[in-house]
Amino acid sequence: MTAALPVYSKKDFQTDQEVRWCPGCGDYAILSAVQSVFPELGIPREKFVVVSGIGCSSRFPYYMNTFGFHTIHGRAPAVATGLKLARPELEVWVATGDGDALSIGGNHTIHMLRRNVGLKVLLFNNRIYGLTKGQYSPTSERGKKAKSTPYGSLDRPFNPLSLALGAEATFVARSVDVFQPHLKSVLRKAAAHQGSAFIEILQNCNIFNDGAWEALTEKDVRDDRTIAIEHGNPLVFGKNKDKGIRLNGLELEVVSLGNGVTEQDLIVHDEKHPNPAYAFLLSRMDGVPGFPTPLGVLRAVDAPVYETEMNEQIHQVIAKKGKGDLGELLKAGDTWEVR
Amino acid sequence: MSSSVDAPPRKREILDSAVIRFCGDSGDGMQITGSQFTNTTALFGNDLATFPDFPAEIRAPAGTLPGVSGFQINFGTKDVFTPGDTVDALIAMNPAALKMNLADLRSNGILIVNVDNFKDTDLKKAQMTVNPLEDHSLDRYRLFPVELGKLTRAALRELGLDAKSMDRCKNFFALGMCYWLYNRSMDSTYRWLDEKFGKKPLLAEANKLAMKAGYAYCDATEAFQTSYEIPPAKLAPGFYRNISGNSALALGFVAAARMAELPLFQGSYPITPASDILHELSMFKEFGVMTFQAEDEIAAISSVIGAAYGGALAITTTSGPGMALKTEAIGLAIAVELPIVIVDVQRGGPSTGLPTKTEQADLLQALFGRNSEAPVPVLAAATPGDCFWIALEASRIAVKYMVPVIVLTDGYLANGAEPWRIPDPGDLAPFPVVFETEPEGFLPYSRHPETLARPWAVPGTPGLEHRVGGLEKQDGTGNVNYEPLNHEKMIHLRAAKVEAIVRDVPDVVPAGDPGGDLLLVGWGSTYGAITAALRAARERGRKVGHVHLRHLNPLPKNLGEVLKRYRKVVVPEMNLGQLLYVLRAKYLVDAEGFNKVQGKPFKQSEIEARIEEALR
Repeated sequence: MTAALPVYSKKDFQTDQEVRWCPGCGDYAILSAVQSVFPELGIPREKFVVVSGIGCSSRFPYYMNTFGFHTIHGRAPAVATGLKLARPELEVWVATGDGDALSIGGNHTIHMLRRNVGLKVLLFNNRIYGLTKGQYSPTSERGKKAKSTPYGSLDRPFNPLSLALGAEATFVARSVDVFQPHLKSVLRKAAAHQGSAFIEILQNCNIFNDGAWEALTEKDVRDDRTIAIEHGNPLVFGKNKDKGIRLNGLELEVVSLGNGVTEQDLIVHDEKHPNPAYAFLLSRMDGVPGFPTPLGVLRAVDAPVYETEMNEQIHQVIAKKGKGDLGELLKAGDTWEVR
Repeated sequence: MSSSVDAPPRKREILDSAVIRFCGDSGDGMQITGSQFTNTTALFGNDLATFPDFPAEIRAPAGTLPGVSGFQINFGTKDVFTPGDTVDALIAMNPAALKMNLADLRSNGILIVNVDNFKDTDLKKAQMTVNPLEDHSLDRYRLFPVELGKLTRAALRELGLDAKSMDRCKNFFALGMCYWLYNRSMDSTYRWLDEKFGKKPLLAEANKLAMKAGYAYCDATEAFQTSYEIPPAKLAPGFYRNISGNSALALGFVAAARMAELPLFQGSYPITPASDILHELSMFKEFGVMTFQAEDEIAAISSVIGAAYGGALAITTTSGPGMALKTEAIGLAIAVELPIVIVDVQRGGPSTGLPTKTEQADLLQALFGRNSEAPVPVLAAATPGDCFWIALEASRIAVKYMVPVIVLTDGYLANGAEPWRIPDPGDLAPFPVVFETEPEGFLPYSRHPETLARPWAVPGTPGLEHRVGGLEKQDGTGNVNYEPLNHEKMIHLRAAKVEAIVRDVPDVVPAGDPGGDLLLVGWGSTYGAITAALRAARERGRKVGHVHLRHLNPLPKNLGEVLKRYRKVVVPEMNLGQLLYVLRAKYLVDAEGFNKVQGKPFKQSEIEARIEEALR
């Protein structure tokens, strides 16, 4: 970056617009974390663009003093893809929700990840449709009693991380709205990634799905029910750091440390593992009794970046054929002259 | 093979024009045969119009009626406006093709039939019980039964090809016959074969041999007593090439990007009959063209909106079903006032309809098919070559007024071809785009005093950070705003902006009589048929005029006044009366419709008959 880059503070990324989320909404914490991390990235403010779809979370761009585009339901990854292809030098972030990204926009989400377009995707997962006032979402637990499912939902939920890994996303991570230091560290890692970065942020909707993640995030249970994974560290968790994850054949198992079991026996987290199956295994611990829910970066691998390759291809053709001449193009093929 | 010394004395007849049609199974290579004849004819200097007509199935069962594919070309010494109503020479490769196409062959027309394919099993596939070659049902035509398969195999005997590969060359035998019949050179097809089969010289050689054999067969047999000559047309001076509507659109957008001084971005999803635009533009990387094959129609237009937001000249190309899917996103482009161009190559509908056939029934969808008050400019190309100019015009309007623009073409324009006078890039009018850069007093929804366009302020511009979106905007600031009067104001502003474009729409000048008994009002691909019919009617002394609309929204300023100059107004359309509906509503004119929705273009004779009916 140039020396002339202004020193930004969090305030530089706040707008004059009144924030219109419900008091107590988890979105405030996410907004705050993003506004804290952006100034640290050494990128001129005008290069940031926040693109969103529709839903509570998609109001995000209005509160970020960057370029911002509040698009239509589900289509943010597609709009952002077009922008990033046309302007690869921009820093494009997508704010989306579980309904927006996984239901109406599911197709765009998987295709963006498959192509590895350089977008950072913040998936606010509150497991409910909030803006439309409380219907179950594609991440709601089975049997969810909501406005449209008074007798309980029948759908099996998506696991967003498994889905992203199935699409061979090159960066897949998870954090929690209220775990501010963790969330910020994940955001920084996502910012540094080349290619698509997919971050699921577990978020509370205190109006329509209060306590959405309470069972994981409450102070007295979080150490036992979540595991903060770090590249190069063994998979250890528990209030007393006395439990770990071990590989047994093709399955994971939870083991207690001691009685001959040491950290040497545990999986050492490798976010660079070339096979997405490893990260996929981690993502499948969600909701399995006795297993912790993984938080942190599950996968961060290098792969060709779509917009870079697209530009490369254009440059290669120009290098080979020379810059296009319009007159020549119009006259290409069989022509004849009438005098 | 015989030398020209042995050839019987022949007559050479000079004609003004001729219509020939190649038809056969979709595996018989009729589209290639027709295109080759077209290229050769274009190079020779005839004016021409073509009509490729093929099934939606890649390969329907061989020899069956649904599998028939055809290619018609009308070429002449004078202006050619349509592919021709009746066929002068029909080349039928099998009974199914004969059955499907014979009705269009004129009495005493030339009928070349591949007799090798008229065995009982072939007849059965075409649901025929008697062999038409034997029951005198073809007596009113000049029938030439030719053993195309057998003769082709004989010609290729030396090459050591398998039977199937030899059989695939029989269309070139037929092509060679037509080259002899119409005194055409085989040179350009030789060149094409060399290029096409560069890596398989044996196949190039086989097709050349088959073509030469077809030519020599006509020379040697006494069957053909007459050959025909259609001298070159007197076209306006300049360089020409043969062009289809889809190619012309692709070139037009490359030119438009140059004129706008912007990079070109295309986001599209494959759909018949629009895919060729994507195929063509994807080849032009040396022009910096970015082509993106999206995961679906919605992603295609969404990516285009994103690219336009980033400052590209951004276009998406589709057909009716894709258009329907893009509806919501077009509304977004209207709300955020970003310039994009949406091309709808119309095809038969509703739903999947007739993917490979033509229709004009998306006009009302283009004009009104969105939620709320969401007007957009709508343009329609009249001929394949006009597609180039319409691409330029649509792009210019989009960036000047900051609006999404819809361009309508159709399957007939997309695949049909005509000689096109190649413009000099120096003669194209530039419209360089200037992005907003001034932070002082910047308002994202301020208005240009004349065009009402908002500034194009692209990400990356220091000091211009702002938010746009589909929620209603406050006039000026662009902030989210739900106030009733602001909403009404914005609804009016967006409409006024589109209305303002009328200043750039030239007044209509009717072709033919400037006033009188009857005005024909058309739009899109009916141009050729209406023009030809008008000429014929006026030669008979009818007082008829013709207005052909390239701008369907906003309509030209003087249109209402022009409509009043005629006693009657008839609107020919390949739909149930969509432009008619608009004209009646807007001008309170008692216009009548003339409608055909068969997946086929109008014939000149059909419009002529309608003219006579109107004047009765």
